[in-house]
Amino acid sequence: MRIELEKRAGASTLYSILSPFIALGLTVIAGGIMFAMLGKDPVSALYSFFVEPLLDIWSLHEIAIKAAPLILIGVGLAVCYRSNNWNIGAEGQFIAGAIMGSILPVTFYDWHSPLLLPLMMIMGMIGGALYAAVPAFLKAHMNTNEILTSLMLVYIAQLFLDWLVRGPWRSPDGLNFPITRDFVPEAVLPELISSGRANLGFAFAIIAAVLLWLMMRYTLKGFEITVLGQSERAGRFAGFSSRRMIWFSMLLSGALAGLAGIAEVSGAINKLQPIISPGYGFTAIIVAFLGRLNPLGVIVAGLLLALTYVGGEAVQLTLSVSDKVTRVFQGLLLFFVLSCDTLILYKIRIVFAGRTAEDGAN
Amino acid sequence: MTANEMSRSDALLSVRKLTKLFGSFAACDGIDLEIRPGEIHALLGENGAGKSTLVKMLFGVLAPTSGQILWKGEPVRIASPGAARRTGIGMVFQHFSLFEALTVAENIALSLDPRISLAKIAEEAAVLSRNYGLPLDPKAHVADLSVGERQRIEIVRTLLQNPELIILDEPTSVLTPQEADRLFETLAKLKAEGRSVLYISHRLEEVQRICDRATVLRHGKVTGACDPRAETPASLARMMVGSEVANVTAAGTNAKGGVLLEARNLNVAARTPFATALKNICLTVRSGEVLAIAGVAGNGQSELFDALSGEYPVADADAVRISGKNVGTLGITARRLMGAGFVPEERHGHAAVPGLPLSDNLVLARSKSDRKVFLAGGILGIIRYVAVRLATKRISAAMDVRKSGDDPPAGSLSGGNLQKFIVGRELDRQPNVLIVNQPTWGVDAGAASRIRQALVDLAKSGSAVLVISQDLDEIFEVATEIAVINEGQLSPAYPAQGMTREKIGLLMGGFHGKAEEREAAHAH
Repeated sequence: MRIELEKRAGASTLYSILSPFIALGLTVIAGGIMFAMLGKDPVSALYSFFVEPLLDIWSLHEIAIKAAPLILIGVGLAVCYRSNNWNIGAEGQFIAGAIMGSILPVTFYDWHSPLLLPLMMIMGMIGGALYAAVPAFLKAHMNTNEILTSLMLVYIAQLFLDWLVRGPWRSPDGLNFPITRDFVPEAVLPELISSGRANLGFAFAIIAAVLLWLMMRYTLKGFEITVLGQSERAGRFAGFSSRRMIWFSMLLSGALAGLAGIAEVSGAINKLQPIISPGYGFTAIIVAFLGRLNPLGVIVAGLLLALTYVGGEAVQLTLSVSDKVTRVFQGLLLFFVLSCDTLILYKIRIVFAGRTAEDGAN
Repeated sequence: MTANEMSRSDALLSVRKLTKLFGSFAACDGIDLEIRPGEIHALLGENGAGKSTLVKMLFGVLAPTSGQILWKGEPVRIASPGAARRTGIGMVFQHFSLFEALTVAENIALSLDPRISLAKIAEEAAVLSRNYGLPLDPKAHVADLSVGERQRIEIVRTLLQNPELIILDEPTSVLTPQEADRLFETLAKLKAEGRSVLYISHRLEEVQRICDRATVLRHGKVTGACDPRAETPASLARMMVGSEVANVTAAGTNAKGGVLLEARNLNVAARTPFATALKNICLTVRSGEVLAIAGVAGNGQSELFDALSGEYPVADADAVRISGKNVGTLGITARRLMGAGFVPEERHGHAAVPGLPLSDNLVLARSKSDRKVFLAGGILGIIRYVAVRLATKRISAAMDVRKSGDDPPAGSLSGGNLQKFIVGRELDRQPNVLIVNQPTWGVDAGAASRIRQALVDLAKSGSAVLVISQDLDEIFEVATEIAVINEGQLSPAYPAQGMTREKIGLLMGGFHGKAEEREAAHAH
């Protein structure tokens, strides 16, 4: 007996729309089972995980803060994945952007100027793009697998940041803690509204998502991305270059991840430290897929995943469960999203020994 | 009928009235075939003649619609390749199924009983490969091996199962002449041991050299069973391409204009191990002409299309000329802007993206050439979907494209209707040069004649049309000039009126009629 995936004749429109919601429902159910096995009441645990954070102004701001990098990175990745380039190293590009963008506030500590913030953001984007240029170059010219190279570069970026804040960039007034000096007020992203901490990074995320949605929907560039993503050969026939697309998609997603990095450092942390991201770059992969690789869908998915971070912190405090709960939820969600998507296009068939799929070849 | 009356007991494998239908299309239609022990039996035929379908049924990959397979006189049902192997039939496919990252021995082990140890397999494979003159290092990684060596793995893998009948599908199509000679020695050894070989080929020279008997297929039917050594290449070719006289129609106008498409000593190296290198291709197509290039698949047709379309530009600017300008180094977009249109062979994933609607597939081919109509917003390149949909409707009407809905995904159309749209997409621009590869491959008769008529009409209106095709009926219907491509070389073009099927068949099989040319081809 073996299990086969058989392609369906056509994808149901209804289930294509419902799929993310079914995946979310299954995640909640599986999460409830997990809480029960941990000996907690699943209903109240799920309530404090998913609902409570939405009832409080403070945690709504926290959700916006966490959603900003997820959406910024997620829309870049969505476009990148649509073009059939698989940038898995957004976490590294996030860090590279944070480092590059922090050069001015850290090394020219005393510079106060309204120019400082825009320059930091631009340099952050350049940093992320440059870091993504490495796997782009390797793929475009050496035919290297970008999944591996971009992923490996993440660890290099993490260790480089660690070295920076322990060595050359360590704050002289930091009591030997591995942190840089706090940024001057001119280097801090302003708050969005006066009621809480959420900063301009969230606005960047929404603007980027809308712009990329317009690009994908209405322009030839978006069309080029779609065509090359579905068939490189047809793209070549259309006169599009898949090599240039590697560069475009990697640099775009790298720049957005870099912007997310510097916006996070400038807006939420106000300095560099060894760990500046709870895995935003990886979680954004889930965001991109949960948003169906559609920039507007990514906004919704980003907010949802931000909720899992905030909810995870909440249950950590109220129920004293491990902080790994957040990761488990994110993993469950990605698993169910991908399996639901697969089952839209394929059906499962159990083949018993003796029967053969003779005409399958045609 | 002597072949059929031959006593059943002495045939190793016989096939009676074997038929395979795909929908209403008969890929194999009542095939009779008989293979005796210890003979090398050739299966001859053009592409699409049904050779592959037949052997897939013999090897259990496809199930016959009707008919009987007899093994040593007993009816058998071969339900899977595993069953075929247990029966005693082994097959070496044209395209190998090897894992490049694994060693020779590991690749062989994959197809055998998992209980046998790798060391034992390696040892047996080494012995076997020595005995049959197929030197192989079991520890070598497949990625490091040549195409000929990879084929040896497949042969050794087959031989390890001790088959009585070995099917070889176009084995020499990927080999150098020297490697082919070695293969022939191996085949002679197998024959001497009393094993039978079913040898699929379209190369008459080889068949005459090594095969004892031949069965010829055409359009899914047996058109001849003979001793190839008693035949002439001409008579074999006639059986392959058919002897009916076609209604030759001089398609273009008599008044020929200036040269619009030209290739001068076009050389292209093979990009992949399975590709064919183009050697010194020279061709000219004038205004009003339809040049048809005949040839058996895999002789460089798609490589020629790639070079002429500019999907893969070549190093010499003057190797390809459109309207008198050197375009060899330019890409497909630049060539389109000079008024050329292109229709590649593969509809899905090359000429069209199956998942995208027809209107998007129109933009695919014409985003640059019709920039003014289809795009707005300058550098932003905003697609004007209203204009695009209008043009899609116009093309669908002009070519009678039958579809469900206004703008369905390209993949939902039947092959014929999608092909009509793809050809219509180019005709709609009134291109002055049109290059088409296999214009009616897998297309129903009605759509095919519509497409051919459109090509003829385009030439009549003063454009230059180049048609690459394997279908001789089609070639005689549309061509004003005919040339034949073989092993990456193009014959001179002959006026269509003077051509016969026999002459084309000879040129296809590699008989250029010029001894020095053959030697040159084999000297590399």
